[in-house]
Amino acid sequence: MSEHSHTDEHAHGEHAGLSKKKIWEVFGILLLITVIEFIIALWAIPGKHMSQHIGNYVYIALTLLKAFYIVAYFMHLKFEKVGLQVVLSVSFIFIFYFIVLMLIEGGYLHLHMPLV
Amino acid sequence: MSSLSQLDQVKTTPWSGGRSPWSVEYGKLMMWFFLLSDAFTFSSLLIYYGAQRFSKFTWPDPDLVFQSVPGLLDKGAPLVFVGIMTFILIMSSVTMVLAVEAGHRRSKKEVIWWMVATIIGGFMFLGCQALEWTHLFHEGFGWGKIPNHETLKELFTGEVSTVSAQQFSNLFFTITGFHGFHVFSGVIINIIILIMTINGTFEKRGHYLMVEKVGLYWHFVDLVWVFVFTFFYLV
Repeated sequence: MSEHSHTDEHAHGEHAGLSKKKIWEVFGILLLITVIEFIIALWAIPGKHMSQHIGNYVYIALTLLKAFYIVAYFMHLKFEKVGLQVVLSVSFIFIFYFIVLMLIEGGYLHLHMPLV
Repeated sequence: MSSLSQLDQVKTTPWSGGRSPWSVEYGKLMMWFFLLSDAFTFSSLLIYYGAQRFSKFTWPDPDLVFQSVPGLLDKGAPLVFVGIMTFILIMSSVTMVLAVEAGHRRSKKEVIWWMVATIIGGFMFLGCQALEWTHLFHEGFGWGKIPNHETLKELFTGEVSTVSAQQFSNLFFTITGFHGFHVFSGVIINIIILIMTINGTFEKRGHYLMVEKVGLYWHFVDLVWVFVFTFFYLV
């Protein structure tokens, strides 16, 4: 019967994706990304090896990468059904799109408002 | 007869009812829905912050505002303290996944140990935040409050703008405060789950799904911090 509970499905197989080794691997990646961000903030930008403008784009790209690792592995989304993955990521992508829209709007105000 | 068996057949495809198309447990799905709505709230705050910041000519320089390690250094160490906070939160996220992993093996002792580690991490983060807030209060920041002009001069690289400083101050305390409130409630929920684990509630239930559910919440708090960290301290 289809009645057999999801907790049963849960107990075997499906979760094999996240071993202890993988957890520490993801932790290493997250730490590495943070270290790169620090290098940019404390060395690359003050030392004029990178402009603040480009730095900002790099920060945002690295942040999204971190977000991907947290959601995919720690929050286990990578091992869920495709349907759930699509529903959740599309919503998150729309949120991100809205952030970009409002930043553009802010930039427009910046150009068209009197100095305050 | 034949029509009945046809109906039965219809029910076997994923989206016709009769079984869960995403084969994810009810509580976990509801936790995802809650987190999505929470993401809307946080993004509305961050969107307002971003739009404000982009519309202003000058903004307090994060490397100048956040350059102290409370209790150790008064200045000259930009990002060090927040780096420690970020490390603590990522670390407690790792101990949380390890608790979930131990839960899959139904190893009660390990779940208890990792939950305790997660709770300690949460308290450490909250403690760091309290120190940082206190430091900023002493500088003169607060809701609706900014330091005097002399102090502000040291916090801007460009021209000083009291409007920008005020926006920065309000948004910083509101957003990190809202995040800190999430961490706090997360710690409380973690403690409840820890007590339930010690009492053997999940052992009797035969699964540690509750640990997974609070794990989702805890990782989300970490996820939000990743964004707050980027937009307040780095950009």
